[in-house]
Amino acid sequence: MREGGGPASDAAERVARGSYGKLVAFLAQRTRNVAAAEDALADAFAAALADWPRSGVPDKPEAWLLTVARRKLIDAGRRARRRDEAADDLRRVAEELEAAAASASEIPDHRLALMFACAHPAIEAGIRAPLMLQVILGFDAATIASAFLVAPQTMGQRLVRAKHKIAQAGIPFRLPERAELGERLDAVLEAIYATFAEGWTDPAGTEARRRNLAEEGIWLGRLVASLLPEEPEALGLLALMLHAEARRGARRDAEGDYVPLAAQDPALWDAALIGEAETLLAQASARQSIGRYQLEAAVQSAHAVRRRTGRTDWAAIAQLYDALWQLTASPVVALNRAIALAETESPAAGLAALAALGDDPRLKEYQPYWAARAGLLARKGDIAAAEDAYVMAIGLESDPAVRRFLQRRRAALRDAR
Amino acid sequence: MKYFLLIYQNEPALEAARQADRDQVHAAYGAYTEALQKAGILRGGDALERSSIATTVRVANGKTQVLNGPYAETREQLGGYYLIDVPDLDTALSWAARCPGASHGAIEVRPLRPM
Repeated sequence: MREGGGPASDAAERVARGSYGKLVAFLAQRTRNVAAAEDALADAFAAALADWPRSGVPDKPEAWLLTVARRKLIDAGRRARRRDEAADDLRRVAEELEAAAASASEIPDHRLALMFACAHPAIEAGIRAPLMLQVILGFDAATIASAFLVAPQTMGQRLVRAKHKIAQAGIPFRLPERAELGERLDAVLEAIYATFAEGWTDPAGTEARRRNLAEEGIWLGRLVASLLPEEPEALGLLALMLHAEARRGARRDAEGDYVPLAAQDPALWDAALIGEAETLLAQASARQSIGRYQLEAAVQSAHAVRRRTGRTDWAAIAQLYDALWQLTASPVVALNRAIALAETESPAAGLAALAALGDDPRLKEYQPYWAARAGLLARKGDIAAAEDAYVMAIGLESDPAVRRFLQRRRAALRDAR
Repeated sequence: MKYFLLIYQNEPALEAARQADRDQVHAAYGAYTEALQKAGILRGGDALERSSIATTVRVANGKTQVLNGPYAETREQLGGYYLIDVPDLDTALSWAARCPGASHGAIEVRPLRPM
């Protein structure tokens, strides 16, 4: 349901997308089978995307979709005639659907329960975000595979396996108990952030598919924040994504070349998104329960300060990364902490902090580590070592615009020699 | 597992490129090769002369045919390869995406058949 063109089909797609996850969740709760729910809905959505752009979006689009899906279920029931139990099951669900489609009230929204099922601890961590994109937003396996840099066939198989697992292991479609909500919510938020981050790696928005991913991540973040407004980390994650999204337009110059954060013109940042992020962060911190996403959003907020004061609040950033390090012990956090240290103290202090990280195998093939190292070495005047580090950064980068930027930095070093 | 990263590129576009851009791509390949070496996964690799230099030979019904040019005339031609040894396809794909050729043409990732 990704293809399309023209305002009429865009409108149809918007409505269909808003309904897709809701209807999958509604059906899956009854059949306990995500794949069967998707099958029943696939034709309904294909029909909608063909019909709605021509004849307009119906008054009750979800009822319209359910009616078509119901016919499909009845057909499946006939085919399964000999397997009585399955047929009964399908008939029962079809009847429930008819009742739901006919009733005046809204279809109940079980999307959050479906997201918790997708991010269940029994589901392999790496497939949670792709699974959510598929069942909540209706992305096809090939699109998800491209975004996550996995072979399409492999992605298809992993998604099928994960849905089997949900059905066979009896993973429940409900909100976790209060006692385990925090931990389980982390997994949901992590999958949403993974979605956003994949989209974020294509800041120019040249690849429509990836650009969509950042938007879809925000869309999922908004959904969770609206369904769980009491959870500070859900608000924190949304604030973090909005802060990052606010800078999208400033990350490329007129020629399409990469502009690093420090060189961006704050006037190009989106004030409305920043404002929304700040409000969310304030709401979250009122709950007095600090967490990873709130801290990361606060880092972005300290960068956004430059829009008002002309100066980045590096002291606050260094403190926030200290707190994040306590919480996560992530090497990427440690890297950012070293970069902040270089600003609050000296490039040498930053380099010393980086040196302590040098043995971490998780950073050896991480482009930002090498770029940061190169930048600090250059500022300290160690040109030869800086050049070597730039070579590694260039070799590890996959975005051509960032690669050109790093190459120019390296060339500038050589010219200065 | 060993994988070939086969680099397909648009030859006319490459030849039409400005010298500065060509130098930039060349340097990017140098950095990429070094990153592969440092990661300890590089097993081989070379660049090929352009496809118009190729000669294609086949023997049909006992008769040898020699043709000027590449096996297939397509817009994108094999221009070089890397041979890497990595644990799985996902890792191979992440290295393929970093290859400078991925942003100009396409990289075909082909596992070697185990002997």
